[in-house]
Amino acid sequence: MARALITVPASARHGEIIEIKAIVGHPMEPGFRRTQLGTLIPRDIVTQFACTYNGVEVFSADLYPAISANPYLAFFTVATESGTLVFNWIGDNGFSVTESAAIAVT
Amino acid sequence: MSASGDRRAAVLALFLAAMLSAIPISAGEIPLALRRSGYDFMSRETRAMQDDDSVNPAMLWVKDGEALWNARAGSADRACSDCHGDARQSMKGVAARYPAYDPAKRRPVNLAQRINICRSERQHAPALAYESANLLALAAYLGLQSRGLPIAVAIDERTRPFLEAGREIFNRRQGQLNLSCAQCHDEHWDKKLAGNPITQADPGGYPLYRLEWQGLGSLERRLRNCLSGTRTQAYAYGSPEFVDLELFLMWRWRGMKVETPAVRP
Ligand code: HEC
Ligand code: HEC
Repeated sequence: MARALITVPASARHGEIIEIKAIVGHPMEPGFRRTQLGTLIPRDIVTQFACTYNGVEVFSADLYPAISANPYLAFFTVATESGTLVFNWIGDNGFSVTESAAIAVT
Repeated sequence: MSASGDRRAAVLALFLAAMLSAIPISAGEIPLALRRSGYDFMSRETRAMQDDDSVNPAMLWVKDGEALWNARAGSADRACSDCHGDARQSMKGVAARYPAYDPAKRRPVNLAQRINICRSERQHAPALAYESANLLALAAYLGLQSRGLPIAVAIDERTRPFLEAGREIFNRRQGQLNLSCAQCHDEHWDKKLAGNPITQADPGGYPLYRLEWQGLGSLERRLRNCLSGTRTQAYAYGSPEFVDLELFLMWRWRGMKVETPAVRP
């Protein structure tokens, strides 16, 4: 399974408001469902997401069991300088995914 | 989740069976000009997911499919791309004409089977299981190379008997509810089944991301849902009955556009 899909504009003007979209591949098993034999299916979800822009956190979110599989987050930030956006998801069972994207600011 | 979905579908189908037995059935295929993609029946929000690759979760599988296309596999140690090159050129339009006749098997094979033929005969690698993440990923990646192109399965003297077998299955009443595919999808496509549009049995977007599945699935998986909804014993994945039915559905959808990887509720 591909870990994540990130959409960041490759370039932006200084001060421009840019939209960032991020999907991570994850089943988001809520922990309330049972198998046909009645055994509880253990919870397995992403619990936290954070995005840093040249090392500074610009967005973060806590995730909960009622969120659908392959969670999608979209948010905005201001293009301040050229550099790298780093995306990190962590969750149950040691789940951890990191992706990055470069942006050129003129 | 899917088991309860199936149960719900079965209950709904039961209501419909009662309704249908009261209504005289006028047989007849949908005129070509009146065909409508499953997309047209969806909510604005679900359409928006399909319209934008950056929010369509099926693109996670497409991304995997591209990696698999370029990865060496099997004792031949060759990648799909070693023989076929850039899929954007070599696989353009291919998915739009599957199922297609395979001379060695003397019958049509669907795209998943065709991929597995290359896996086992060209890469000397074990076949990928039906509905496995890797087979869905490759099929979605190849399907994407035909997106927007018209569906055009080849019907000739070799494939016609299989087309007719598929048509027969589509029109045959079956299962405990004694319903045919045609009763829902040709004759009542403009109605609803407890709030859900019945739609015209559009096969052109598969493999697709279904919200109910919370994942990607093949056309056969969708057909198994319809079969269990009418309490019919489902055919096995890759069985001749399923491939004949797929051939018929794709022929019935000729000229309509491939939407892979689509999104459905
Ligand atoms: C060793 C070379 C080789 C490798 C590796 C290979 N193929 Fe093929 N493939 C072929 C040849 C040759 C044909 C045409 C066979 C024929 O027409 O009988 C073909 C045909 C196909 C077709 C049908 C094309 C059509 O026009 O109907 C598909 C789809 C396909 N391959 C997919 C794949 C995929 C996916 C992989 C990797 C999993 C792969 N192939 C790996 C040689 C290869
Ligand atoms: C009781 C009515 C009923 C019967 C009988 C039935 N279906 Fe369906 N079918 C539905 C409904 C309802 C949907 C779901 C539409 C949706 O919400 O996406 C559906 C969806 C489909 C789809 C997916 C369409 C898309 O846009 O992805 C296909 C293909 C399909 N059916 C084929 C068949 C075939 C083939 C048969 C016979 C084996 C069959 N159906 C029997 C009600 C039925």
